[in-house]
Amino acid sequence: MAAGVAAWLPFARAAAIGWMPVANCPMPLAPADKNKRQDELIILNVSGRRFQTWRTTLERYPDTLLGSTEKEFFFNEDTKEYFFDRDPEVFRCVLNFYRTGKLHYPRYECISAYDDELAFYGILPEIIGDCCYEEYKDRKRENAERLMDDNDSENNQESLPSLSFRQTMWRAFENPHTSTLALVFYYVTGFFIAVSVITNVVETVPCGTVPGNKELPCGERYAVAFFCLDTACVMIFTVEYLLRLFAAPSRYRFIRSVMSIIDVVAIMPYYIGLVMTDNEDVSGAFVTLRVFRVFRIFKFSRHSQGLRILGYTLKSCASELGFLLFSLTMAIIIFATVMFYAEKGSSASKFTSIPASFWYTIVTMTTLGYGDMVPKTIAGKIFGSICSLSGVLVIALPVPVIVSNFSRIYHQNQRADKRRAQKKARLARIRVAKTGSSNAYLHSKRNGLLNEALEMTGSPEDEHMTKTTSLIESQHHHLLHCLEKTTNHEFIDEQMFEQNCMESSMQNYPSTRSPSLSSHQGLTTSCCSRRSKKTTHLPNSNLPATRLRSMQELSTIHIQGSEQPSLTTSRSSLNLKADDGLRPNCKGSQITTAIISIPTPPALTPEGESRPPPCSPGPTTNIPPIGSNIVKVSAL
Amino acid sequence: MNLEGLEMIVVLFIIVAFVKALEQLGLLEVGNGDKIEDELEMTMVCHRPEGLEQLEAQTNFSKRELQVLYRGFKNECPSGVVNEETFKQIYSQFFPHGDASMYAHYLFNAFDTTQTGSVKFEDFVTALSILLRGTVHEKLRWTFNLYDINKDGYINKEEMIDIVKAIYDMMGKYTYPVLKDDTPRQHVDVFFQKMDKNKDGVVTLDEFLESCQEDDNIMRSLQLFENVM
Repeated sequence: MAAGVAAWLPFARAAAIGWMPVANCPMPLAPADKNKRQDELIILNVSGRRFQTWRTTLERYPDTLLGSTEKEFFFNEDTKEYFFDRDPEVFRCVLNFYRTGKLHYPRYECISAYDDELAFYGILPEIIGDCCYEEYKDRKRENAERLMDDNDSENNQESLPSLSFRQTMWRAFENPHTSTLALVFYYVTGFFIAVSVITNVVETVPCGTVPGNKELPCGERYAVAFFCLDTACVMIFTVEYLLRLFAAPSRYRFIRSVMSIIDVVAIMPYYIGLVMTDNEDVSGAFVTLRVFRVFRIFKFSRHSQGLRILGYTLKSCASELGFLLFSLTMAIIIFATVMFYAEKGSSASKFTSIPASFWYTIVTMTTLGYGDMVPKTIAGKIFGSICSLSGVLVIALPVPVIVSNFSRIYHQNQRADKRRAQKKARLARIRVAKTGSSNAYLHSKRNGLLNEALEMTGSPEDEHMTKTTSLIESQHHHLLHCLEKTTNHEFIDEQMFEQNCMESSMQNYPSTRSPSLSSHQGLTTSCCSRRSKKTTHLPNSNLPATRLRSMQELSTIHIQGSEQPSLTTSRSSLNLKADDGLRPNCKGSQITTAIISIPTPPALTPEGESRPPPCSPGPTTNIPPIGSNIVKVSAL
Repeated sequence: MNLEGLEMIVVLFIIVAFVKALEQLGLLEVGNGDKIEDELEMTMVCHRPEGLEQLEAQTNFSKRELQVLYRGFKNECPSGVVNEETFKQIYSQFFPHGDASMYAHYLFNAFDTTQTGSVKFEDFVTALSILLRGTVHEKLRWTFNLYDINKDGYINKEEMIDIVKAIYDMMGKYTYPVLKDDTPRQHVDVFFQKMDKNKDGVVTLDEFLESCQEDDNIMRSLQLFENVM
């Protein structure tokens, strides 16, 4: 329940008078306010700074340190105040949470210090208000990444002897700093890429004259030398590619990756050239292939982090670039058409067709202005000037917008995806907390029978057990109880509801008061193997009553665990319904001891036999399937 | 510039298209741009209640109790008045299983005696005073007022069915035994058999008071919430 709403509980209870004439059954008794104390101010001394608040303000959240009796551990008898040796700045936020119901995260605070304080006061960070939650999660993620980076760099120093040869090779390829050999390989390949690119460039440079007054490019003059260089480079590249292919953990994925495609495109022309002879027909194609040799320069992206980032951002900014292209195309077509029709009248006009005017429009709009096509008519000149002016606008304006956009969108996309993923988990957690509050009533209802019995007898030592729920909670539960009485229906949880629906349709539910073997068998035959695996742990009629009770406690644990598959909870709630009176009012410490005392059926087959072997006390190590569940729950 | 008529039309058309394209790109604003200003007409309704002494005189609460009540009230509604939405939200928090909005709606109408659409602190405290500290007669009269949705002095079957259905809505779906569709109707039939003395199909205030005072269960349950504050 939210903070201030607890203060409205008297109103809700008073409004319940509206149900009274409608109700057919008598109402349950109201919980008496035993120590009816007036609301008092309590003083909280946090490292010297004194905070004061009403007691009821703190009691709004009974499952935190300040709202429960845990704060009594910090009560200082001499000064009659509660002393906490913690940070007063963060305590301000914590106390405001009690006052307003909203937890805020101060930006100047360190994230791990804040987390520590919240953990101390027993407050879940999930309830941070929407206004501050994003900031909190961002800082937390940053911190986690930083810690992870630190751990990674630490791990990299260590030698991991257990890697296979293939894995070491792959690591060497991906991360050249791991060993000196990798570093050497890295630099050698880089050198050869540079050599290859320079070769490609230089072989087109005219290189002096040959007798005959013909200028030859260097490539043709020193053909053999260049060919040898080219061969050497391609050899190195081929060897490198094959080694990478061999070392890759997933060859299929490696072949599909961008870098490997670049590698292949870089070395293919050479082999294709080897295969093709100096045939005149295909020499044109051969020349085209040589163009692809320039793609070797992209191999540098393995060596440069910046290139990779640029490539990625261009890819992620594709929609913006597409929009720029589209608007440019629109403007070009418009202006080209206008210019064509304006210049149609003039003689010897270069604007022979609209596509021919495209060139003029592009050159004008990008403010290049080569001057090879110039309008001669007045209308053409007017439109031409409009074209160049709008060119500045159309091109210059979107570009900075795009630049700032893609940096913003890039970050935002990352954050939005993460927030979306977190949001689902967050809502699920909040939902669990909400169902926790409605389940709390159902639990206390079952406790309530026992409590009322205890209250009637008035045994003094059991009084303490009835005080575990706070006054507000007991009043709230009384209110819900009155509603039940008014309508003559009971609240139950979802699983039992579905169970009841199944029963009424199947009509073969043996309502057994004591768990007998036959009833379990009857149910296991209709169950899947997983369920039957669990049923073998449940008591059979041979067990004495104490073991039975501890089994019941296990079942209750399953309910409170609440992460269990519905099958187990329905089975355990079945047991619960059958043996209501036996269950004592469990406190957390008692539950853990009960777990250890559960007898384990030995020789449990994984498939689950429908007939459980006769139980004999065995070591607790034999419960692997449920064991993990138990551990999970006792961590609560 | 020797433009023939047709070409001039084409040129004009191209110019208009160009202007429109610029408009589309957002670089040119033609016509009245509707400046949508966020007019936050937040009329801050801030209401302060009458003095503490006056309220103490008008209701059956002591000063301390009024203080506690006001603190809770002000915390949830800083402006000093509760509107129906807030009322429904607050009331729904106590009944997470089902849907408490209809019953909260009827409650709100019962609290809002002046039918203004908002409940001030005085109305709130007056109603609470009747419910928690009033005489049996006053409580029953208040309950009659709650059931009488159209405030005409009579409770007929439809009104009662609405109320009972609203109460059952608060239970939600997961109940034992399972809620059937005609359960509210049956419940109302039982109620009418008890309350409607002269069997004329409506329950008047006197019939209601009489029948309730005859029923021990109801009398006892009315005393249940005496020490809520």
